[in-house]
Amino acid sequence: MTIPGKGILTGMAQTAKNFVGSYVSKDRMTTVQYPEEREPAHEAARNFPFLVFDKDPEAGLRCVACKICEKECPPQCIYIVMKRDENGKPTKQPETFDIDVSVCMSCQICVEVCPFEAIKMDTDYEYGEFDRFGGLLLDKDRLAKSNQYYHKIHPTEAAEVDARLDKERKTKEVADKAKAAKLAALAKKAQNAEKIAGDAKGEKQ
Amino acid sequence: MQQLDQIFVTLKAWALGHVPEPLQVPASIVMSIAPIMLVFPAIFALTTVAERKLLGRIQNRLGPNRVGPFGFLQWAADGLKTITKEDVVPRNADKVVHFLAPVVLLVSALLAYSVIPFGRNMHAIDIDAGILFFFAVGAGTELAVFMAGWSSRNKYALLGAMRAIAQMISYELPLLLAALAAVMATGSLNPNDMVAAQEGGRGWGAIVPNWFVFTPWGFVGCVLFLIAAAAESNRSPFDLPEAESEIIAGYFVEYSGMKFATFFLAEYLGLFVISSMCVVLFLGGWHAPFPFFWCGWIPSWAWFLSKLACIVLLYIWMRGTLPRLRIDQLMNFAWKFMLPMALINLVVVAVWKYTRPWDYFGAELVRWLVCVSLLALPYLLLGRNLLSNRKWGPRTYRYAG
Repeated sequence: MTIPGKGILTGMAQTAKNFVGSYVSKDRMTTVQYPEEREPAHEAARNFPFLVFDKDPEAGLRCVACKICEKECPPQCIYIVMKRDENGKPTKQPETFDIDVSVCMSCQICVEVCPFEAIKMDTDYEYGEFDRFGGLLLDKDRLAKSNQYYHKIHPTEAAEVDARLDKERKTKEVADKAKAAKLAALAKKAQNAEKIAGDAKGEKQ
Repeated sequence: MQQLDQIFVTLKAWALGHVPEPLQVPASIVMSIAPIMLVFPAIFALTTVAERKLLGRIQNRLGPNRVGPFGFLQWAADGLKTITKEDVVPRNADKVVHFLAPVVLLVSALLAYSVIPFGRNMHAIDIDAGILFFFAVGAGTELAVFMAGWSSRNKYALLGAMRAIAQMISYELPLLLAALAAVMATGSLNPNDMVAAQEGGRGWGAIVPNWFVFTPWGFVGCVLFLIAAAAESNRSPFDLPEAESEIIAGYFVEYSGMKFATFFLAEYLGLFVISSMCVVLFLGGWHAPFPFFWCGWIPSWAWFLSKLACIVLLYIWMRGTLPRLRIDQLMNFAWKFMLPMALINLVVVAVWKYTRPWDYFGAELVRWLVCVSLLALPYLLLGRNLLSNRKWGPRTYRYAG
């Protein structure tokens, strides 16, 4: 038999339980008091790109200013100028690297096309600025973040990247060694040939 | 103890002594009105914060917590905001009526306070037909609401006003009939007589206060009164006239700035005054629940205000629990449940009153049983009838696809 009004009383009891429970149990309160406390960013979170450097924030940038990302960027928010030395010869370093985060759409295409693992996605979201033009145009200094920071925000991905870079370096080393050995062998051969030629000359003399 | 209880009365008498003879009457009027005008808006300010905190906790949120300690100064920030906001009047609005509507609402809400006894000897005016005056003045809110809705020249405002009129007039009836139960029991329309009739206690050691809510008809009357009062003051779950999710804010959609604040204030003042009336009619007015006990030293006005606070908290709790009614549910509830229950309740009051002279062994028990069954049976039948009438199922459209 249904007793009229029972549903209302059940509902009132439920809300009363919520009310008391919100003071008793911490798990009920899902609100994060944002400016004072922050939840750690999720590992899969991504927001805007940043530039990874290894040791030195200026010279250690992995970026070689190849401009692939600049060309691929759909909203065209990246601007790169390559650094040239005093003789006008291009160095493998960016002179300027700007990203306009007010234009950036966080698509991660720059990250995917970069052959040098130099640009990665950040999890930082506090880009509030009073200067809406200059403040949101991030230059090289503000974009440069260390590999340790990358490890901190995306541990799994960063470990993979490091392993890949290590492997590349090793293959390169092996290749370099082989090349060096080959060159050395060639040089030796040439030397020997010279020597033989010299000896022959000497004998002649 | 006596001094604390009568502190405001003594203060007024002392102050009046310093006023020259010809000015004593107007001074007395001002001194009666000013505390009402100060105390209840202050309670309103605190209630808005408390309501938001409580609703937040009910929904497992924190509620306002930025302004002042635990957010309890939020009312000051809100007040400043509404005062400094621009007052926009629609171009096509009826400007005079648009301006008058919040004033009429506030005036009718404030006038109703004049007959409420807030404590021993603490009432602004003592008139014999106080309860009649209260409900007559309270009907002014309907006029104000319709003025607001009509003059705004906004379809949402008009819809809200029409809903408000339909709702308020429908619920005026059970409200009055519920109040009539207490009037029948005391045989007086004077709120002071009402409070006086609920003095003392009964049972072993006078443990049960003589409040009307502790009688079968009083309990039902009190519940009916509270429900109808919620509908009268447009409180959730009867907030159809200002349903934010359907018609934005109903009749005060075109009000901004201080006029909106006036509406807001008047609405809460109306809620407080109708809750005060419930305290007077059924909850023993300013009487302490255990007059024989240690709580005798707590002044009568404190008892009154704490009872009022309990009712307001109940309304907030209800707001946090119940969803808004549909207009047909609202009407069905008023006419098919509230009205018959209120009428049956009147019969029970009569039975209760005329069985009082019974003086044989077990008479009290028989009296209770008769009255409770006279109320419980119709409650079950009417309630089940209401529940069985709901037609839930897939909606069918006669004309559309």
